[in-house]
This record gives sequence, C-alpha cells and structure tokens, in this order.
Amino acid sequence: MRADASRLGFYLLLAPILLWLVVLIILPHIGLFVVSISEKVGPREYETGFANYAAFFTEPLYWRTFARTAIMSIAATALTLILGFPIAYYIAKLTRGRTKTTLFLMCMIPFWVSELVRTFGWMILLRETGVISNALQSLGLVSGPVELLYNDAAIMVGLVYTSILFMVVPLVTTLDSLDDSLIEAGYDLGASSTAVMREIVIPHAMPGIVSGCIVVFMLSLGNYLTPILLGGKDSLWFTGMIYTQFITRFNWELGSAFGFLLLALSSLVIFVGLKLSRQSLTDTMGRA
Amino acid sequence: MTDPHPDLECRDLTKDYDAFRAVDQVSFDVPQGSFFSILGPSGCGKTTLLRMIAGFQSPSGGDLRIKGKSMIGVPPNKRPVSMVFQHLALFPTMNIGDNVGFGLRQRRVPRAEIRARVESVLERVGLPGVSARRVDQLSGGQKQRVAIARCMVLEPDVLLLDEPLGALDLKLREHMKVELKSLQAAFNTTFVYITHDQSEALVMSDNIAVMNKGRFEQIGSPHDVYHAPTTAFVAGFVGDANRIDARVARVDGRTLTLTAEAGGDIHVEAADTGLRVGEKAQVFLRPEAIALATTGEGQGPNRQRAQVDSVLFNGANSSVTVRADDGSVFKVALPQTGEFAALRRGDTVFTQWDPRQARCYASTGG
Repeated sequence: MRADASRLGFYLLLAPILLWLVVLIILPHIGLFVVSISEKVGPREYETGFANYAAFFTEPLYWRTFARTAIMSIAATALTLILGFPIAYYIAKLTRGRTKTTLFLMCMIPFWVSELVRTFGWMILLRETGVISNALQSLGLVSGPVELLYNDAAIMVGLVYTSILFMVVPLVTTLDSLDDSLIEAGYDLGASSTAVMREIVIPHAMPGIVSGCIVVFMLSLGNYLTPILLGGKDSLWFTGMIYTQFITRFNWELGSAFGFLLLALSSLVIFVGLKLSRQSLTDTMGRA
Repeated sequence: MTDPHPDLECRDLTKDYDAFRAVDQVSFDVPQGSFFSILGPSGCGKTTLLRMIAGFQSPSGGDLRIKGKSMIGVPPNKRPVSMVFQHLALFPTMNIGDNVGFGLRQRRVPRAEIRARVESVLERVGLPGVSARRVDQLSGGQKQRVAIARCMVLEPDVLLLDEPLGALDLKLREHMKVELKSLQAAFNTTFVYITHDQSEALVMSDNIAVMNKGRFEQIGSPHDVYHAPTTAFVAGFVGDANRIDARVARVDGRTLTLTAEAGGDIHVEAADTGLRVGEKAQVFLRPEAIALATTGEGQGPNRQRAQVDSVLFNGANSSVTVRADDGSVFKVALPQTGEFAALRRGDTVFTQWDPRQARCYASTGG
C-alpha cells in the first residue's frame, strides 16, 4: 500500500514535466520536422523530400546569414565572458556582506524591465537623433548627426547587455566556492597574479564559465528582438529569416527547415565547446 | 652556522585594525634550523602575526627581517617563506605532482628537473610514487605531508605552519606531531608553527612564544614555559593548573605566606615576585605537583585534609578533584601506581605540596 502511494506521488510530480516536454517540445518538433520535409509541388499538393534543406544551401543569403548568426553569437558569448568574468570575480572574491548583495542585485535590476523596453532604451541612445549622437555634436567631436544603430556593433552591444546576467550568475556561484586560501597558497608559492588566475582560478571556475557560455550562446542565437530592432535591415539575423518564412512569405516548409538547421547548429557548437573545454553537460549545467 | 642574522627577526611588529590592536609590538628572533611555536588562545593575534610574516597582511609598524633583509613592502610571492595552510589548500584541480611542482613551475625550472625534484621531495616525506594521484585520493596525514613537500621543494628560509594538525583526528595528530618534528630535523629548515594546542607546542618546539591579546607573554624553551612561567597568563594557559586567589600575609626573603580567599595559609617559595604584604596574589599549582596520601601522617607545609569530589579516569592522565576542608577545590594528578586504584568519591585524602613547586603572581584584577 505504502509503496503504491509513494509511486503514485512520484508519477504525479513527474506529470507536469513530462507534459511540458511532450506537449510543448517533442510534439511541436515532430510536427515541424514533418512540415520541413514536405515539398510543395502544387496548390495543396505535397511530396516528401529534402528540397527545403537544399534551398537553404543553394541560396547564399540564407546560409550566409546562418553563418553570420553563428559567428556573431560566438563573438557575443566571448565578449560577455570577457566582460562578465571581472564583474563576477569582483562580486565573489573582493566584496563581502552587504556590498556583495547590493552589487548582485544591481546586476539583476535591468531585468525588471521588459526586454522590449530595454532595447528601445538602447535605440534612444544610439539613433541618429539620439543621446550619444547629440552629445558628440555638442562637444564638437563630430560635425553632423551620426547613426550608431543598424549595424553589427549595435547588435553586439544589445546581445551582451541582454545576456550578461546569465554569465555573471553561474560565475559568481563557482567563484564563491573557491577557497581564498587556494589563491593565497598560489601567491605564497611564488606565482604572479596572472599565473594564479590561469592555474588556479580559471580551472576552478571552468564549469561556471562553460555553463554561462552555453546559456549566453543559446540566448544570442535564438534572440529575435534585439537583432531585429538594433540591427535593422543592414544586419540580418537567422531568427529574422525564420520569422519571414513563417509570417511574411507563409512558407512554413522552409521556415521549419530553418528551425531545424538552427537547432542542429546550436547543438553542434555546444558539443564542440564542451569537447574543447573537456567539460560534460551534467557537470556544468547540473551545478549552475 | 655562523650566520650573523637569525632566519627571522621581528622588531616591535604591530598591526592595528580600526579600533583594535591585533598584534602589539612583538619582537622575537628565530635562529636557523629551529622549531619556533607561537601558542595562544583563539583571537590572540597569532594568525595575524603569521600572515604578516607570509606577507598577506602588512604591519602597521615595526620591522620584519628574514636572513637580515627587511620584508616590509615585499609581496608574498617574492618572500623566501612558504606557508602550510590550516586546511592545507592543496589545489584540487591538479594532481599531487603538479601541486608539489607548482612553485618550481613559477620559477621557470626546466620540466625534467621539476619532475626529479618533486619525486625526491615526495620520497623525503615518505610518499614516493604518488605524483599521478588526485588530491582526494590521499588520506589526511598524506595530504599533510604533500602540503609540506609542496613548500619544502622550494627550499624556503622559513616554513610557516598555521595549525595544520587541527583537522586531524586525535590518533593521527599524535603521530603527525612526531613526524613534523622529525621532518623539521631532516630538512633543517626553520619552522614557525602557530597553534592553540599546548601539547603540540610543547612536544615539537625548540622555543615557544606564548601570546595573549596581541602581546608575547613569554618566550622560552618548552621546559621553561611549563615549569617557570613568567606571568599568570602563561601559568594558567600552558598545562593544567590550580589557581588560588590569595592575599600576602608575610614576606620572609624568598618565602611568602599567603592567606587563601577560602581561608587557610599557603606557603610559597619564589624569587622576585615583587609582592608586598597585603597585596592580592594568584598562586598557580600544577596537578602533578600535589602529592596525595591516604593517611594523615607526616609533617610539612601546605598540608591539607580533603574529600574526593570526583575521580576523572583518563588512563595515564587520570586525576581527581578534591575539596579541602576550607571549601577550596583542587585538581590533583592521580598516580597510576595502583596505590589509589580504590579511590572513590567521598573518601578522605591528604594533599601536600612543596612550596617551591607553586608559582605566585601579583593579581591582575582579573
């Protein structure tokens, strides 16, 4: 009786996550995959085949945007890591008590505002008639208005800004768990600050670095709002192309194929990243 | 051995925090190749002192010299000292060989030489062939020896040890005490060891400094610190002692007669106590300095009849607490010769002690 009751409890607790996985993730993906391998041969006439995937490789705009998105996401991840690591190190190792909590909260405050509003904030700063442009003009540094929006740099700024918290949190957690005496022991044994960083702090923080990078990379790759608003028509993002196929062109078949290609890309990059850093997914994501 | 400079010299070393002085004008020398312990209760400033020697904290005043060279302003990675941390601080991301070779790698020693020196130092601490193991594959005592090897491979002038035995269980701690001492003799390196455990300090040290509230109360050999404490704090902190609060009744050369607060006369023979008639004093008496007798025969000073209050059996360190007729309670070491094996609570015994065995200090009001 008791065993049956506890088993029932187990399944009841498992039910939401199973439902979530099956109904919201697995079923839609099966549906998308079926759509992606259907070729439209006439009105309401479909055949099974890989023509949609072939279209991706034959049209340079598609695969170039795809490669651009991948490379810029990796770059944004690297930049977020470079900016986030000193912040996390400062919060975790160089502050105590109240200051630590305050700084940590300050990292989170921007997230109280919706992503859309935050991105519009950047647009106010960067546009031709925006704050930065006006400031440069009144300082006499430039003669006319400057357009800082609608380029790759603007996208980069937006992506790093949106995702830096997801880098800082896992890094603070892992760096917090590093015993200060290990750092002191490093200095005591004659290591320079760089050597202590390279040989003691970074190896210890590796799981946090990798889990932060995975999250930031996935957020960047799948981001829609920031690249569209800050990049405009001059800087295309692959999620924008998927949107266009589904909504503007009403070509669900090609859109689904793009979706699967993006899924394959993110899986591949994360796999390669884990192999290069000699970490495993359970080590990194399980801890964060 | 005619080096004019001791390995480590401290002159009026002081460390102030905002409102309180952690280390207060401490001066001492540690000669080459000796084992120097700093013994004190927690919060006495001994860790701050050690961290100043290592270079993790900078003194507010005074000078610190290693082999005659001032270390003020020298960062920890440029000092010829190494430290064994309280929790050892072995790097968990490296194997044993990389841990021990860490310091040599920082000095850009060629790789083949590092490997040879790491092997040889591991052999000297009795752990040959463990280079490839992970830190968590070693036992507590082995980690201890790896931590020492990691420092000794750099041939430091002074090795600092911050209560490294604290985390070990009793049996291993006893064993490591002897081992540390023999390692120190084998390497012939100056060890500065801080601890709150008096038996560690007494067993291993050539010299002990007893520290209290940021000051050194006494520096001396273990024998001196134990048998000839110069202050009331040292007498009370090092070893067990019965403390008797009393008032001086008569001074006759070296012999003092005091009246205990509980009543009853005490006779003490001590030189240069500086005590005068009427002053308050504290008398310290070791439990093993008190002789027990079951019969009341014989004569002599400091003889009292008492009742056994409790028998504290602890093997060779067994003791009894006795309550004298005037109400004062003493702890007395119980000789394990069989004579007192039948001693029970409530039995009547006679205590006696030699006036020369007691220590007498002016009362500090505490």
